[in-house]
Amino acid sequence: MASLIGSSSPVNNIISVLADPEGRPLGSQLDLPQNAGPRELQTLINTLLHNEESLPYAFYIKDEELIGHLGAHLLEKKVSVEQVLQIVYQPQAVFKIRPVSRCSATIAGHSEAVLAVAFSPDSSCLASGSGDTTVRFWDLNTQTPLFTCTGHKSWVLCISWSPDGRQLVSGSKDGVIQIWDPVGGKAIGNPLIGHKKWITALAWEPAHLQAPCRRFASSSKDGDIRIWDVVTRKCVICLSGHTLAVTSIKWGGEGLIYSSSQDCTIKVWETTQGKLVRELKGHGHWVNTLALSTEYVLRTGPYDHTGTKYTSDEEIKKAALKRYNDSKRDFPERLVSGSDDFTMFLWEPASSKHPKARMTGHQQLVNHVYFSPDGRWVASASFDKSVKLWNGHTGEFVATFRGHVGPVYQISWSADSRLLLSGSKDSTLKVWDIRNRKLREDLPGHADEVFAVDWSPDGEKVASGGRDRVLKLWMS
Amino acid sequence: MPQGDYIELHRKRHGYRPDFFERKRKKDAREVHKRSAFAQKALGIKGKMFAKKRYAEKATMKKTLAMHSERTNRHKIDQVEEGAVPAYLLDREETSRAKVLSNTIKQKRKEKAGKWEVPLPKVRPIAQDEMFRVIRSGKRKTKQWKRMVTKATFVGAGFTRKPPKYERFIRPMGLRFTKAHVTHPELKCTFNLEMIGVKKNPNGPMYTSLGVITKGTVIEVNVSELGLVTPAGKVVWGKYAQVTNNPENDGCINAVLLV
Repeated sequence: MASLIGSSSPVNNIISVLADPEGRPLGSQLDLPQNAGPRELQTLINTLLHNEESLPYAFYIKDEELIGHLGAHLLEKKVSVEQVLQIVYQPQAVFKIRPVSRCSATIAGHSEAVLAVAFSPDSSCLASGSGDTTVRFWDLNTQTPLFTCTGHKSWVLCISWSPDGRQLVSGSKDGVIQIWDPVGGKAIGNPLIGHKKWITALAWEPAHLQAPCRRFASSSKDGDIRIWDVVTRKCVICLSGHTLAVTSIKWGGEGLIYSSSQDCTIKVWETTQGKLVRELKGHGHWVNTLALSTEYVLRTGPYDHTGTKYTSDEEIKKAALKRYNDSKRDFPERLVSGSDDFTMFLWEPASSKHPKARMTGHQQLVNHVYFSPDGRWVASASFDKSVKLWNGHTGEFVATFRGHVGPVYQISWSADSRLLLSGSKDSTLKVWDIRNRKLREDLPGHADEVFAVDWSPDGEKVASGGRDRVLKLWMS
Repeated sequence: MPQGDYIELHRKRHGYRPDFFERKRKKDAREVHKRSAFAQKALGIKGKMFAKKRYAEKATMKKTLAMHSERTNRHKIDQVEEGAVPAYLLDREETSRAKVLSNTIKQKRKEKAGKWEVPLPKVRPIAQDEMFRVIRSGKRKTKQWKRMVTKATFVGAGFTRKPPKYERFIRPMGLRFTKAHVTHPELKCTFNLEMIGVKKNPNGPMYTSLGVITKGTVIEVNVSELGLVTPAGKVVWGKYAQVTNNPENDGCINAVLLV
């Protein structure tokens, strides 16, 4: 029976070449049979790359994912077989994260709107900052409040965990920064004063550059960026150069700090001496947000989905370095900036000061951009109620996610890069599936605008907070 | 007052008097007592002028002293401002928002009872001769069974007239409206929204079924533009509004949204 089927239809071969996400071909041209599917291609790739274990890959022909047989795909998408077919392969995460679908807890506690929410890098702890000037730690096992940390005198605008998960730093509206210990819920030392206006962003030095984490940078409305040392509790370097407010900073894996500002420029600084390395110009209006391709890896430091715990600083540094190198491979660090002029730019700041690509399409200002953890995709949230997905290597537009009825404020990726979460002014959160490019889950429940969302690095929980003063935990 | 520089010249050439500094110090010390004596003894207009000047001096002195002692003062923690917004919204001016939407169950209950809390509870009753005009028909124009509506109406998108021979109520096209200017009572801003239907005309159920819009009529409008979401997560696309003007006189329908 099988032989009959095999001989009835002649199997045509298609000349194709496999290419990596940057476009570089792997080996020479291959003759692939028409009925080859993703599984066959996967075994082929694993042997060609000499992988020890069979890793999962996804295959794309002209940015369309190959789901069925090659032949069927080509017929459907009307791709010509006369030219050499370029099949781009993308490694996928080995683990799979389930989408969250229900609100497991609504925890009240803050007396004013919740402005920032962050999971610790090992997903053991959750912290939130609010307009009632407190930073609160929440227990994830019992889903109740753990510590309430007072000390700030004005709204707590941003919080940031150190990559080793040992410290939390928070910045407030009067320019004061405070360091907290999550274990006891107490402040470490006196508040750090230096900025003259409110703090807009905080970024830690990556764990693979220095462990235990000592330095972090803060940006403020007064246009300065200050690098602080936690141990000496002093401002080490002050990087001034921006003429208007600095809206976002990111500390890159190579030891460069990227800062975006309302003066329409992005400046690249080196951190040993505090010198300006490059200035990236191109935007026509305020640059609101920055995203680095290695951002997720740097944020989570040594911790990954396996859940191993580290005790010594050496282990932390080694594990963080290994994870960083694995995720980076040999691609340079890419930067995406989103602006009030409705466009975004893709930069490769280490190589040139001209943008690699300009990403247009939004009809209102872009509020938040975020690279996926594996660096393949970039998602952008805009005030035009849509979330757009772009190719993380080339900057090409891939898909739009429509569904929100109010401006989309913040987005967050799941750790396997297959799901995207967005929180909006219309009080709902939505989970989008990247593979199907469709809405996966709709999470209503908040009574008012959602200001902050975060997906835990282990993928189990989502935390969201907003104007209705409650913190909601969502699980699958 | 020396009118020239001879004193300075002398000082430059020969230096100060030996006792100059001591005399100066002592003279300044006596100034305080002299001033005080003058202040107490001066009468009349002189006294008043001096007192005014002295008062101004004392006020500024007090201010500078208070400023200097600020450093040692401990301030009470100021009241935290309301309306906390995250950093990305701080530099943006957004219009003040309405409070959270009311529960849909309550609204459904009110709908069933037919009662709403409306901004205009009482309206002027409109007589039938004011609402309808008699249209004479027939070969000798003696038949008077047709009526034409003289107020604004809403007919809906798929409306088709009955055959003219059998049509009793005529709703002229000139008085048909599709859009209404709806004001949100809390945001105080007005939107031009499409109407979906006439819910209740206070003058009677016949007018409701005809779709006549007078002052006080409750209409249903399409609010999908506003982007409202219920607590359950559903998008609200229709809401009730009450008409606040006389549309047949103004040529437009002004209404206030019932939240």
